[in-house]
Amino acid sequence: MDHLDALEAQSIYIFREGFARLKKLALLWSLGKDSNVMIWLARKAFFGKVPFPALHVDTGKKFPEMYAFREHYAKEWDLDLRVDPCPPIDSVDPTLPPAARSAARKTEGLKLALAKYGFDGLIAGIRRDEEATRAKERVFSPRGTEGGWDVRDQPPEFWDQFNASPPPGAHLRIHPILHWTEADIWAYTKRENIPIIPLYLAKDGKRYRSLGDQDITFPVASHASSIDEILHELQTTKVPERAGRALDHETEDAFERLRVAGYL
Amino acid sequence: MTIAVPPATLSTPNGTTRPLVRIVIVGHVDHGKSTLVGRLLHETGSLPDGKLEMLKAVSARRGMPFEWSFLLDALQTERDQGITIDTTQISFRTRSRDVVLIDAPGHAEFLRNMITGASQADGAVLIIDALEGVRDQTRRHGYLLQLLGIKQVAVVVNKMDRVDFSAERFGAISDEISAHLIGLGVTPTAVIPISARDGDGVAERTANIAWYVGPTVVEALDALTPSQPLDLLALRLPVQAIYKFDDRRIVAGRIESGRLQAGDDIVIMPAGKIAKIKSVESWPVTPVEGPQGAGRSVGITLDRELFVERGDVIGHVGAAPRDTRRLRARIFWLHDQPLEAGASLLVRLGTRETRATVVAIEKAVDPGELASEAATAIRRNHVGEIDLSLAQPVAADPAEAFPRSGRLVIEIGGRIAGGGLVLSVDSGQRAASADIVPVDSALRPDERVARFRHNGAVLWFTGLPGSGKSTLAKAIERRLFDRGGSPILLDGDTLRAGLNSDLGFAPHDRAENIRRLAEIAAHLATNGHIAIVAAVSPALDDRAAARRIAGDRFREIHVATPAEICEQRDPKGHYAKARAGALQNFTGIGNDYQPPTASELVLDTSAQTVAEAADTIEAMLARSGVLVDELVDLAANI
Repeated sequence: MDHLDALEAQSIYIFREGFARLKKLALLWSLGKDSNVMIWLARKAFFGKVPFPALHVDTGKKFPEMYAFREHYAKEWDLDLRVDPCPPIDSVDPTLPPAARSAARKTEGLKLALAKYGFDGLIAGIRRDEEATRAKERVFSPRGTEGGWDVRDQPPEFWDQFNASPPPGAHLRIHPILHWTEADIWAYTKRENIPIIPLYLAKDGKRYRSLGDQDITFPVASHASSIDEILHELQTTKVPERAGRALDHETEDAFERLRVAGYL
Repeated sequence: MTIAVPPATLSTPNGTTRPLVRIVIVGHVDHGKSTLVGRLLHETGSLPDGKLEMLKAVSARRGMPFEWSFLLDALQTERDQGITIDTTQISFRTRSRDVVLIDAPGHAEFLRNMITGASQADGAVLIIDALEGVRDQTRRHGYLLQLLGIKQVAVVVNKMDRVDFSAERFGAISDEISAHLIGLGVTPTAVIPISARDGDGVAERTANIAWYVGPTVVEALDALTPSQPLDLLALRLPVQAIYKFDDRRIVAGRIESGRLQAGDDIVIMPAGKIAKIKSVESWPVTPVEGPQGAGRSVGITLDRELFVERGDVIGHVGAAPRDTRRLRARIFWLHDQPLEAGASLLVRLGTRETRATVVAIEKAVDPGELASEAATAIRRNHVGEIDLSLAQPVAADPAEAFPRSGRLVIEIGGRIAGGGLVLSVDSGQRAASADIVPVDSALRPDERVARFRHNGAVLWFTGLPGSGKSTLAKAIERRLFDRGGSPILLDGDTLRAGLNSDLGFAPHDRAENIRRLAEIAAHLATNGHIAIVAAVSPALDDRAAARRIAGDRFREIHVATPAEICEQRDPKGHYAKARAGALQNFTGIGNDYQPPTASELVLDTSAQTVAEAADTIEAMLARSGVLVDELVDLAANI
């Protein structure tokens, strides 16, 4: 069993545990490279079928290529797609710096969707290597009734034994690809032939490493115009993955504040 | 729109074929774990651009000297308090290995986080402050590494600059920690003097430690080996779920050890049902051919319709796990409330969850002090050995033989409160019922005695087939009913048609058959009835178990009719069938009946009439206090 096989098997195990132990699950689909791999893994786990809805909490500010991708693959992959809009910006904490504030709309949209559907488990495609606070996550991560993350009181989790009993009104975040790296995602995308949005491939010396909203995501300098070239680039680059995400750079703790409040 | 579909060629996994090892860094708080991690990342060229500058800026803003630990202590709260709260993971590369580094907090408060991190590791680095030396938490972490099954431990003695790089100080600490670890059965792979802040001993042997001849930290990590392949052990496939998304009925789970493929004969434990693997299903291509090994998440279909459920464990015929309702385990405890005997909790073993009761705390140890305490409770952050009684049977293995399937966790209030290793699996043990809240009967026992004029009892008729057990049982049933009592007949064959229809005639199935009969009979007896069991029950051990279950209400009646007469009678035609070879495992033809040595009564139906035998039984019941003649004065007891 090689490295990618091991990652895949572990993710499938997590998917199946989530499905077995929670009543009302949804998978958060942000259309990016990670969540596409995640959907692929879900189909592997459940033999071609994704037995829970795919939820897109839509800021309305994604790239046109992303919306086109969503419509095409929701159909082709036979997803139960739910698109839920985010509330307007003035409903968001005004003390946050601008990009973080813009991103925080997603947290609010997520809370509304949770209340609307009554999900007790949200499957999310975050990875430990993306960002320092994500590295601290559990695979099954409890959230409070307000969606908040109590980093100081996370339950013990070991030997793939997960805590899966959210109190009433609260929910769990399930992270099936927490243990993957950016390079793993690309190597697997290539091996499995998983479709991607072309914005990830370099054009005119620039490409997106991480796709968010149009107003707060920027391309990085790159000449990698194929997955092989991306993999090669990742072996040599020292530019962090989220370099093009404005909200990470506003203040030291902007991202942590967002995450504690329930952001992904 | 355009969608980029990558070409269908195989990539090199991870870009290389380098082995991947998972390392946890543990040790007492402030002994320098995060600093060592920061330094290691720097020395191996693993820091992203701009990170060093960012750290410098963060330190400067706080008016502090440069601090490596800020790299990992990313959380605001951690920076404010200067401690690592939770585990984090970060990757880097040595010359020959890809290393995933798990940083674990040192505070006793956050032991649960340390265990969360360390449980995934192949090896560990145990860090000790040269000035402070071995502390409680150092010893505690050493103990927990051993408990988690981590055998490769490199020790670093940090802050050597604070003791002027004294070889003597290093030697003393090295001796103390080595003795501690070896006492636990863990031999340190290296003990390395370092100064993480300045880099001595991390990637280079500097002039400051010229007297030291062993490996640097990077070299020691380079020598660690990934966890051993589990393919060579017997198959263990804990069932996660059964899926029926289309016309297939797929049993899904992850292979924890061993291998499987289509055509294998398997047994589903704890029920012991047997089947053959029809196919190994997958997606997008199915079925998959060839053996699937440990670590794979698979889906299989079976050649017959069987009741399989989450929590069952699939093994190969002849090499399956044991079923039990009793386990001994060595655990660490993380909950605020101490764990005490009698506690009712939830146990998770693989994918099985069951209520359980702590029968006994056999040992309780504070791993910081290494002193055994009065073994009445296991306190938070302590370890101990416990005897667990389970509400339902589980398939289990000792951890020593099956490192992955021999682990369990304990849940309280929906949250993991502790966990540990299965030390031994006691087959055939009866689970105590203290974990279930018994509902009291509306009646007092003496009310029933007043009505029935007898106490509750279990009359257990044992003997060869055809010896007359059922005939006598029915006769005494009639007698007891006629005198106003409440007899209830439990015939072995009748119950096999329903309650016990899942059981065969292998010794193990027979034991379970007897256990269930005894449980029902004991329940009836507890409620004042006289349960009359007629069952061959050939094994001494099984009947002894039944007696344990029913306690002092048990009356064993051996119907010792000679074997030839039993065969002549052959009321069900079984002897004839067995002689013709058409009936396997028939007691009577083989010599597998073990007669009782101390039954309450021995009868021979070839020497007495049914009425005479019934008289004898009635007399025994009167003599031994089951039947009562004088009416109880109920009012006196109110």
